[in-house]
Amino acid sequence: MQQAFNQETNRAAEAAAAVIERRLQISRREFLQFCSGVAATLGLPAGAEAAIAQAVEAAKRPSVIWLHFQECTGCSESLLRAEHPTLEKLILDIISLDYHETLMVAAGHQAEKSRKDAMAANKGKYVLVVEGAIPTKDKGIYCKVGGHTAVDLVKECAADAAAVIAIGSCASWGGMPSTDPNPTGASSVGEVLGKPVVTIPGCPPSPYNFLATVVHFLTFGKLPATDKLGRPLFAYSRLIHENCERRAHFDAGRFAMEFGDEGHRKGYCLYKLGCKGPETYANCPTLGFGDAGEVSWPVGCGHPCIGCTEKGVGFAKPIHAVAKMLNVAPPLQYARIVEEQGRGATFASAAALAAIAGAAAGGAAMLTRNLGMSHKAEELEKAQDKAGKNKAEV
Amino acid sequence: MTTHTAPVPVGGPLLNKTTFIAGALIALMAAILLYRFIFGLGAVTDLSDGYPWGIWIVVDVMIGSAFACGGFSVAMLVYIFNKGEYHPLVRPALLASLLGYTLAGAGVIFDLGRWWNVWNMYWPWSANPNSVMFEVAVCITAYIVVMWIEFAPVFLEKLGLKDLKKKLNRFLFVIVALGTLLPMMHQSSLGTLWVVLGPQVHPLWQTPFVPALFLLTAIIMGYAVVLFESCIASSAYRRSIEVSLLNPMAKIMLGVVAAYLAVRLGDVIFRGVIGRSFHLSLEGLMFWLEMACFVAPFLIIGTEAQRRNPARLFVAGILLMLGGSLLRMNGFLIAYDTGPGFRYFPALPEILVTMGMFATEVLIYVVVTRRFPVLPREA
Repeated sequence: MQQAFNQETNRAAEAAAAVIERRLQISRREFLQFCSGVAATLGLPAGAEAAIAQAVEAAKRPSVIWLHFQECTGCSESLLRAEHPTLEKLILDIISLDYHETLMVAAGHQAEKSRKDAMAANKGKYVLVVEGAIPTKDKGIYCKVGGHTAVDLVKECAADAAAVIAIGSCASWGGMPSTDPNPTGASSVGEVLGKPVVTIPGCPPSPYNFLATVVHFLTFGKLPATDKLGRPLFAYSRLIHENCERRAHFDAGRFAMEFGDEGHRKGYCLYKLGCKGPETYANCPTLGFGDAGEVSWPVGCGHPCIGCTEKGVGFAKPIHAVAKMLNVAPPLQYARIVEEQGRGATFASAAALAAIAGAAAGGAAMLTRNLGMSHKAEELEKAQDKAGKNKAEV
Repeated sequence: MTTHTAPVPVGGPLLNKTTFIAGALIALMAAILLYRFIFGLGAVTDLSDGYPWGIWIVVDVMIGSAFACGGFSVAMLVYIFNKGEYHPLVRPALLASLLGYTLAGAGVIFDLGRWWNVWNMYWPWSANPNSVMFEVAVCITAYIVVMWIEFAPVFLEKLGLKDLKKKLNRFLFVIVALGTLLPMMHQSSLGTLWVVLGPQVHPLWQTPFVPALFLLTAIIMGYAVVLFESCIASSAYRRSIEVSLLNPMAKIMLGVVAAYLAVRLGDVIFRGVIGRSFHLSLEGLMFWLEMACFVAPFLIIGTEAQRRNPARLFVAGILLMLGGSLLRMNGFLIAYDTGPGFRYFPALPEILVTMGMFATEVLIYVVVTRRFPVLPREA
């Protein structure tokens, strides 16, 4: 009975595998590797990868509406340029990207129609992703799409969305467009909607942080746990400083003092070059960028972190201003490894020694002179005696 | 031996400029030592964890005891090599040795942090016979006792205790033999202390041959001190100098210096560290300064005629004393490195105590030679 059940399960799994291989054009092995990777990124317990695999296989792809406002499209670019061999395929296959101004083929009214259609067809079930800040000054006239202001579009799309995800620093907290004096009144999605949304800040954020959030929604039907700024805890609960590969240098007080100096070339801590790692929450040091390995992130490449995930730090503080330490501030001066012992020469001791040496040398010189003189006199006396004797003999 | 005139007291006043200055220095030393014994070593010295031995050990004990090898060197010449003609030099040399060693023993006590525990060193249940320090301590203590017995006839003569002197003379040869053996043991052991210090001592000085170097230089310094002392004593007491004795003795001394130089140079060359002496460093400079002190006497008293001049003997004696002192100071203080952060320079009270020690020697020497039969009768 059990065996029959197992065989049944195996057959079902094989069939599903065949489907996924056809659909995603990747091997079953690669697919499961991806699911495990996402589960690990989310910090989920063992077994979650199976749930993820099942959810993805189920092919009930959620409809995603992706809005662009005041931004550079860097977030989308980074998602698409991810070097993971099947990432873009998975993004486009896990989700049904029904509206994305950069990627969609449709244009003009056709594009607007597809957005409206998707919203109507998946009412209350679609995911709204917002990329870019939303200008609010002067009734939001500084950013319009299809005649509608960004404010209106966000409010309209968010009304019936199952979940709202703000991707990138601009959508998350205003980002670069909100930099003082903020002429357009650039605001975050949360500020415009007046309620907290899940934010994936970063300029750009790691595509995996976004992807893992989506997969989490797909698998568990809800968005991952977040901090009070809406950032998923799996990615933003730790300071960059805590997992930085240069941390040992910080602790040892070894800092690069300027670009290209000896310390910089040796990979010392960039804190004194203005690295904002100590006040920035993100998983950059553990995740890296571009699937190129651990050192492929700004600090790994030798540039101080600019704190792009952190409101009030990224684009606000000067890049080379020294970060505020959120945990331990380094002392201005480190304790000496060697504690000096012994006073060394003092004026009195040196003078006394010199005086004694001088007196000894002087005394010895005088005595030598006297001895030499008496010796000479003696020799002379002897010579005279000899001469006298000789004379007497003669 | 009997051909020599018996030694007699020099006589003269005990209160003069020399004894007065020496007395003042001794009083100063006594005051500092009182302070030191109440408030501890840190209060008066510059000693630290890196330099636990300062000049009280290196100068007062190491160099002081080497200076005090005159008695041993001359006794070896007279009694071992049977050169009876040098006998008149024995008593003054022995007196200086006696004083030097006794004060070196006292100097060790000054330098002991917990001096009240010193008895443990001799107490069989606490002693550590595996320690180099134990060997040095016991050997030096024994030698001090032996020397007092060796010198006892002087006091017995003075006090007129002829019977006792006769009895003593019967077994004095054993004491004399011990008096030659013991310094050979502990002077080389003082060098062994330095071997124990390991790589903290600069390679130019750190060698397994250092016990031999210490023994050879102790003998050399012993003879050099006799030259020095004879010149000083004759100058101070306006006596004629025993050049007829000092001249051949200086020749023997030069032989030992040659042996020492062969061992010293051979050692640094065969260990391959001679190159270190050419580095522009304090250590390199001190090495060559030390070598110069041992080489220069060959130029100063190399010939028979030169050795007849007491001025030359005096300068050569000083140079060899200085050379042996530099060897010890270099190894124990100047080329001694216990790691970064440690500095040492003798503090003023340390210098004053060392001065006081030498003053004590001078004072006792003056008193004893003026009142006891030590120096040979003037012809």
